[in-house]
Amino acid sequence: MRRIGVFVCSCGLNIAGRVDVQKVTDAAAGIPGVVHSENYKYMCSEPGQNLIADAIRQKRLDGLVVAACSPAMHELTFRSAAKLAGLNPYMVQMANIREHCSWVHRDEEQATAKATDIVRAAVEKVRRDQPLEPTRIPLTKKALVIGGGIAGMQSALDIADAGYDVVLVEKDATIGGRMAQLSETFPTLDCASCILTPKMAEVARHPRIQLAMCSRVTQVAGYVGNFTVQITQAPTYVDWEKCIGCMDCQERCPSRLPSEFDRGLGKRKAIGVDFPQAVPNRPVIKADHCLYLQKGRCGICEKICPVEAVDFQQQEKVWEEEVGAIIVATGFDVLGAEAFAEYGYGQYPDVIDSLAYERLNSSSGPTEGVIRRPSDGEIPKEVVFIQCAGSRDPDKGKAYCSKICCMYTAKHATLYRHKVPDGQAYIFYMDIRAGGKGYEEFVQRAVEQDGALYLRGRVSRVYEEDGKIVVKGVDTLAGENIEIAADLVVLASAVTPRTGARELAQVLKVPADQDGFYNEAHPKLRPVETVTAGVYLAGAVAGPRDIPEAVANASGAAAKVAVLFSNDELENEPLIAAVDESKCSGCLWCVPVCPFDAIEEKELIERVGSKEVTRPVATVNAGLCQGCGACSVACRDGAMNLKGFTNEQILAEVEALCLMTGSPE
Amino acid sequence: MKLSRDKLKSSFLQKVAEMSGEDIASCYQCGKCSAGCPLEAAMGILPHRALRLLQLGCEEEALNFDAVWLCASCHTCESRCPRGCDLSRVMEALRMIRLRGGQSPVHPQEVDEEILQRAPQQAIVSCYRKNIS
Amino acid sequence: MTARESARCLGISLEELEDWQCCGAVFPLATDAIINLASPFRTLASAHQAGADLVTLCSGCLNVLRRTNKLVAADAEIRKKLEDFVEMKYAGERKVFHLLEVLRDETGFDQLQKKVVHPLDDVTVAPYYGCLLLRPAEDMAFDHPDKPVIMGEFLRALGAKPVSYPFQTECCGSYLSVSSVDSTRQAASAVLKSAQAAGAQWLVTSCPTCLYNLELAAESLDEPPRLVYFTQLLAHALGVDAYLEENGALAKNVMPEVN
Repeated sequence: MRRIGVFVCSCGLNIAGRVDVQKVTDAAAGIPGVVHSENYKYMCSEPGQNLIADAIRQKRLDGLVVAACSPAMHELTFRSAAKLAGLNPYMVQMANIREHCSWVHRDEEQATAKATDIVRAAVEKVRRDQPLEPTRIPLTKKALVIGGGIAGMQSALDIADAGYDVVLVEKDATIGGRMAQLSETFPTLDCASCILTPKMAEVARHPRIQLAMCSRVTQVAGYVGNFTVQITQAPTYVDWEKCIGCMDCQERCPSRLPSEFDRGLGKRKAIGVDFPQAVPNRPVIKADHCLYLQKGRCGICEKICPVEAVDFQQQEKVWEEEVGAIIVATGFDVLGAEAFAEYGYGQYPDVIDSLAYERLNSSSGPTEGVIRRPSDGEIPKEVVFIQCAGSRDPDKGKAYCSKICCMYTAKHATLYRHKVPDGQAYIFYMDIRAGGKGYEEFVQRAVEQDGALYLRGRVSRVYEEDGKIVVKGVDTLAGENIEIAADLVVLASAVTPRTGARELAQVLKVPADQDGFYNEAHPKLRPVETVTAGVYLAGAVAGPRDIPEAVANASGAAAKVAVLFSNDELENEPLIAAVDESKCSGCLWCVPVCPFDAIEEKELIERVGSKEVTRPVATVNAGLCQGCGACSVACRDGAMNLKGFTNEQILAEVEALCLMTGSPE
Repeated sequence: MKLSRDKLKSSFLQKVAEMSGEDIASCYQCGKCSAGCPLEAAMGILPHRALRLLQLGCEEEALNFDAVWLCASCHTCESRCPRGCDLSRVMEALRMIRLRGGQSPVHPQEVDEEILQRAPQQAIVSCYRKNIS
Repeated sequence: MTARESARCLGISLEELEDWQCCGAVFPLATDAIINLASPFRTLASAHQAGADLVTLCSGCLNVLRRTNKLVAADAEIRKKLEDFVEMKYAGERKVFHLLEVLRDETGFDQLQKKVVHPLDDVTVAPYYGCLLLRPAEDMAFDHPDKPVIMGEFLRALGAKPVSYPFQTECCGSYLSVSSVDSTRQAASAVLKSAQAAGAQWLVTSCPTCLYNLELAAESLDEPPRLVYFTQLLAHALGVDAYLEENGALAKNVMPEVN
């Protein structure tokens, strides 16, 4: 006979506000097998946990029901408490009387009755619980970081500095990411290059960091500690081992194309680097624009290369890496032209987005840092900045606030005034969101010292007339419509996940939200983890982030990886599927229903009479199984069972719920 | 201006919400509708203020918001509203409440004879439908 | 008349709906103004009885009929009320087209181009869409609500040179020309000036109210673009107007002179 203890939590007023916890405690005491029941205001607090530990010791409890919140919240807390007191942690069952009861009901009597039923069902489950022991698996102490922007670089450096190897996969030919495109950074106006390029060099030099450039992660198999990752590298048509980075090829290449790095404002060569400080400083050939690769003519680069590094025959390369942890740091894009028909983006060259404005500001950009408008190279004297372009627009754009635009627009207006002292910057805004250290002061400086005129309202239309860009907006504070004949219009376009982020999420088996940003395991308490063990998030992959936040994130994710790698073996959750081979008929229906590819066929050798016969049965890979239970539902023989959630246990719970009257008497 | 619970929960507001089919609370007063309104100059007031008056529960002011008679139902506001709130429909609701209350800004016998001669039927029928109780 | 003859010339048979009635001119926007839907509903139901889809030559009719059609297909409650009131069964089975759509999708602008006998010889024409063809976009699904192209393509097929100008989708002031002439004049003038600035010699519309408002506004402008209805251009380009004139069906050549 089990000796079960029931611990009812008031959760302040979260539970006690709707449920009479004393009544629930009293009712629990009357359930057969329950030898102890009590309640406390905050069971998860240290005094609460001590109550549990004392009862385990004094009453020799061998099963616990904690009637409190969702297991997602505190199951681990109470399992640890039980373990410390000498009880197998899998003998603890949460009865969720908060999310499933007090939060969703109004009537106290009914809520109390329901809470009691939930507790009774949990007791029936615990009565049938068996102590479980985690299995132990080895791990590979090498990390994969996807994305070489500021977040990915920071994660890679932190992990490498902690003494572990890192593979950094970057889809472009240079690391640096979005930050490499920026001119200055808010709120200090540090030059982005000055703080970024040394870090880029550090990443490239670090003996523990291996760079995989022009590469993408195309397949991921395995599980925490033991991932096998397939990396696909696009051809660069230049052998980087031989190349010495003299860039003679770039100098002599006759084919020009709009530079994506410069947001189409400048030209680049078909062979070359995105920008002079690119790391690695090695050129690639843009195949679509290479005369040789397209038409078989030219080939100048091949001829003049002093080290014969140009290789037009180069093919895509695919290889595998074994890693123990993965950090995703794929960063962000901004909404494209199709979203802004009324603003004439994509139609008028002098309507640009904020990243293009960064390139105009950058001393290594297409205008060498002089603000010139794209149409005719004139210096614009009236510049209109439109914030919330596509953000906070659930109807036609994105419902969320892109978070960084208020600050960078204040920066843009400030820099504009510094460079064009007789010019005027106008900013259409909705609310100024400047919640960061020194941020509000920065915005006020833009207004007071640098003369930015903030207009509270949205812009409805932008069109060209008489060589000017007419902006029709509103200032709701004055109660007047505003018309400005501008020379340049800058859209603070909504931040979106990187193109392809959704596909990568599927490869990684990480859930993403409706907008494509990756979901954190817990939005507050586990912000850099995902629900897939061993996969972590850094930077804007999880939502709009500014640089300090992305860097903090990145270090957080790296710390998680370092903690993981500090183990020599990993404990595997024992709540996984198990096959009763004597019942298994070998139909293997469980194999296709398993979302984690954790079930395989195996040959079972049995002795029947004097003969040895073999028959197929299912077998579960303990490393891959996540304990979802789909197989146990599909199993026709009742051979597949989820440990800790056996069919017998679940039916006992259901029975308890069906039979109970719900009244505490 | 005095605000109160009763004012914010009046049956009038409910009626406007039902007749327009629009969620008045969804408007966050960005003014994009006003900025693009082709008749705003004639109105002499920014049309998005009608929504604000409703949000504040100002029945009398909303029913005296004469810009409703200058709304052409062109749906420019609706086409650009980030919140999917159709101001044209809110204007219509305010108009209908006044028309059904017996107010008519247009009287057929007072319309200029020349206009009646020259204007297409479509314009006359539209105008009467929008302006005569 | 011009439209029917033009269509005949293109091999499209247009039948005038017997016993047609006015669509009501404006789509009622109040959710409880169901009675105002009776008239367009009856027109749609009549077309259904006649076993045909509807084609309109007017943006306003298209707007009212298409939105009513969508509403009765989607809302069974409103449909029931209208059916009971009008005593006709109809559940949105038919489609409502604007003649421009028929020319684009049935005839094809390339085929239209081949039938042109009097090409418009590179006259610069400003297409004026206004509101009713395009908005609300989800109801009308006519063309891109901010960057429509259909009229431009139509004009090109007729040999004209369409010009793009920012006010092509702005409102002309609509029925306010009856109740508040000045506000209409302001709105319509802005459209004309925008077309003028883009170098338009003519301006083409597909709505009688727009045409009227623009005519009013044109009176106070210096050398405004000449205003034409799209069917006039069509008939002229196809050589149908001359034929009609000869047969006494048209009082005069409706086309403005090409400068």
